[in-house]
Amino acid sequence: MTRHLELKTAAMNKKAEKQTEEALRNAPGAKMLARNVDVYYGAKQALMDVNLDIQERQVTALIGPSGCGKSTFLRCLNRMNDVIDICRVEGEIALDGNSIYDRSVDVVQLRALVGMVFQKPNPFPKSIYENVAYGPRIHGLANGSAELDEIVMSSLKRAGLLEEVKDRLDQPGTGLSGGQQQRLCIARAIAVSPEVILMDEPCSALDPIATARIEELIDELRANFTIVIVTHSMQQAARVSQRTAFFHLGNLVEVGETEQIFTNPVDKRTQDYITGRFG
Amino acid sequence: MTDATLPKTASRLNTADRVKAGLKRRYAAEKRFKVYGLVSILVALSFLLILLTSIVGNGYTAFWQTYVQLDIHFSKADIDPKGSGDPQVLQQGNYDALIKDALRTRFAEVKSRGDRRMLNALISSNASFDLRRMVLDDPSLIGTTRKVWLPASTDIDVFVKGHITADVPEAQRRVKDIEIGWVKTLQQDGALEQRFNTRFFTDGDSRNPEVAGIWGAVVGSFYTLIVTLILAFPLGVMAAVYLEEFAPKNRWTDLVEVNINNLAAVPSIVFGLLGLAVFLNFFHLPRSAPIVGGMVLALMTLPTIIIASRAALKAVPPSIREAALGIGASKVQTVTHHVLPLAMPGMLTGTIIGMAQALGETAPLLMIGMVAFIVDIPGSPLDPATVLPVQVYLWADSPERAFVAKTSAAIMVLLAFLICMNLIAIVLRKRFERRW
Amino acid sequence: MANPSEHIVKSYDEELKHLNTLIGRMGGLVETQLDSAIQAVLRRDPESAEKVVKGDAQVDELETEIEALVVRLLALRQPMAVDLRYIVSALRIAADLERFGDHAKSIAKRAIAISQVPRIPAPGLDRMARMVQHMIKDVLDAYLDNDTNKAVKVWRGDAEVDELYNSLFRELLTYMMEDPRNITGCTHLLFIAKNVERMGDHATNIAETVHYQVKGTKLPDDRPRGDDPSFTIADGTTT
Repeated sequence: MTRHLELKTAAMNKKAEKQTEEALRNAPGAKMLARNVDVYYGAKQALMDVNLDIQERQVTALIGPSGCGKSTFLRCLNRMNDVIDICRVEGEIALDGNSIYDRSVDVVQLRALVGMVFQKPNPFPKSIYENVAYGPRIHGLANGSAELDEIVMSSLKRAGLLEEVKDRLDQPGTGLSGGQQQRLCIARAIAVSPEVILMDEPCSALDPIATARIEELIDELRANFTIVIVTHSMQQAARVSQRTAFFHLGNLVEVGETEQIFTNPVDKRTQDYITGRFG
Repeated sequence: MTDATLPKTASRLNTADRVKAGLKRRYAAEKRFKVYGLVSILVALSFLLILLTSIVGNGYTAFWQTYVQLDIHFSKADIDPKGSGDPQVLQQGNYDALIKDALRTRFAEVKSRGDRRMLNALISSNASFDLRRMVLDDPSLIGTTRKVWLPASTDIDVFVKGHITADVPEAQRRVKDIEIGWVKTLQQDGALEQRFNTRFFTDGDSRNPEVAGIWGAVVGSFYTLIVTLILAFPLGVMAAVYLEEFAPKNRWTDLVEVNINNLAAVPSIVFGLLGLAVFLNFFHLPRSAPIVGGMVLALMTLPTIIIASRAALKAVPPSIREAALGIGASKVQTVTHHVLPLAMPGMLTGTIIGMAQALGETAPLLMIGMVAFIVDIPGSPLDPATVLPVQVYLWADSPERAFVAKTSAAIMVLLAFLICMNLIAIVLRKRFERRW
Repeated sequence: MANPSEHIVKSYDEELKHLNTLIGRMGGLVETQLDSAIQAVLRRDPESAEKVVKGDAQVDELETEIEALVVRLLALRQPMAVDLRYIVSALRIAADLERFGDHAKSIAKRAIAISQVPRIPAPGLDRMARMVQHMIKDVLDAYLDNDTNKAVKVWRGDAEVDELYNSLFRELLTYMMEDPRNITGCTHLLFIAKNVERMGDHATNIAETVHYQVKGTKLPDDRPRGDDPSFTIADGTTT
């Protein structure tokens, strides 16, 4: 009898622990905010009055049909849209409460805090070591080569790539397979210890196994980073994210807990999209 | 179910037959296209072959020079009567007399003045300089007798090479029968032979074709190209980087781009006029100097380099730039660390092609005076010099028979230079490309 | 039809339609089973009772078929939101309908037994059975029309069935206390009544599932119930 009780108590404790962990993970505090964001490409308006909170240490997925503005929104978060001349961003976007479009904000510094991984893996045509070391080097994050080595090794380890490349760090990054290249790009992004990582359809060019590895990596990374991921695959959004935002024709239609969005969405447009009823 | 398949089978047959019917015509057209291509290549190659054959045919003889062996007695009396050993005195020595003595000794039967003059004319008038050089190098030669190979004169050289033949009546040729006799005698004694003409590559220009060399022109070309490279490459690359990466896209930059494209098509002589007016008349830079030539050619090559560099920069995929910017590199860091290294092969190729073009330019250099007859090898870019193509032009202009061969030989050297430069371009490009 | 608007992939819609048809067919079948079973009891007709017992095999087959279709849809279509709720609900409803059919079979078996003992009047049973018949019919209509109001009505209506069962229970107790020769018949009737009451509960379950399928939220756990007979003792009082 007592044994039974013991086991039961142990199980309950474990459950409580997990709940606390979950609660901490879902700790309140929006890492990034968007308020009344409008984005124009010349005369054409691509995003209309978007209001979205990105929660800290969670994965937020942005879904929607092609051309709905989700990639545009993602690129606003690290001001990558600045390189496009005709793009104009209005409204407010803030990181930790500070507006990122403020005149005093240094874009270079912002991009060190908000990293990005692109759709098609784009490692630099340098060695694997150089690829990962480049960021810390230009931002002056390492004092001396020993520290730089450590940063590179730990980044590769966290990206789950170290085992596969540890004996060929001086070979070009472009010689790796697609999945490995994308993990290299992720290692490169985390080497500068950003606070937020933006991912623009990171698995769209990869096979299912490579995709699964990246998803596992995302799962591990969210303990330390806030992640925003744009994806075409609803199954991926469902697997990987805690919050999902649905965009349609430049509007943010619905945002909520992933489970709720995929079992019982509020807006009919959301439902039509995720069940495959869009014409 | 069966209804759905029946029409499909029927139409599939139709397609197969119709495709088959058209196949013959299509293959015939393809074959014709291939034949056209092949014919064009063959025509181009044959023209190239004709060109090369004629040049080489004309020029190969210039690489051989007739030499005559004589016993030269380095008489003290003619060189250094006082026995002082002073180089100044040695310099002034009468080396011509040495040669005349040697000839007189060899052909003792020649008595008459006219014949003697012809005998002396067997050896090149520049041969005395050779002897002087020998003595200056080694004063211990004074008083000794040595067998020395001296260059024959132009007419003898031309005769021996077969350009002057004995079947033409004597009055119409430059080489008289008596001279032919001497030549034959010397040949029988083994004292006359053709040697490889290293002089051609080591000496400067000369009035006497037998000793005229291209080294002066080569050094002049070299200095000119160095100046061109130092000026045009950095300017061109930086201009291209600025225009491509940093300049705002507005009407002004469009205007600049149009102008650069137009400048690439401007006749090169216009740049020569510009050089004349600005560099020589306004800035009073030394005339005929490689530095001015280099500046003029730099102006001429700049548009080519800018255009090629811009194309190379455009070819770098934007994903690299995005990746660099995304990691927090500034615009300048993105360009210098990532874009430039990737664009470098294209830029280098464009530069070397531009250089090769500059190497072969004559017209602008004529305008700034690099057409002068320069004998000395230029010591620095500020000394007056000439360039290879101008040398070719000068020699082509000359009426003397011997210069014909030399012209073609100079062209061959120029072509060899160009081929080398293009090979360097290919090697460099391959080497940089491998690192991508 | 569960979902008015169409999927881009037509075959998906057709499969969902097929699922709908199967549920409808199963529902109709169990309705008939209940009717025939009660009639067999009231008319003391062992032959029709036998038919009902045999007919249960068909109900079980349908349940198997629906289950297979649901698994297939889950694996191949990765349904989301309303489609997911619809398909999962279909599975639950099929299970409830199958139990419904099993109860009808139990009633039919008892009908055979009852036909061999003297008749005992039990008007409450007929009323109860009719109520449950209405319930199952209404809930299946609610399912077909996505009508949550109807479903909620059915959900509430089970209270009355429970009350009828309570009174029937007391009545039969008194009969049994009156005359020991009634015990066999009354016991059978008790079991039959219990089966009918359970069928009412299953109809309520289906109503809850329909609500979840349409709205995405569950009805509150404590639905209105009547007195619980488990606490009733022989003298008819409750502790």
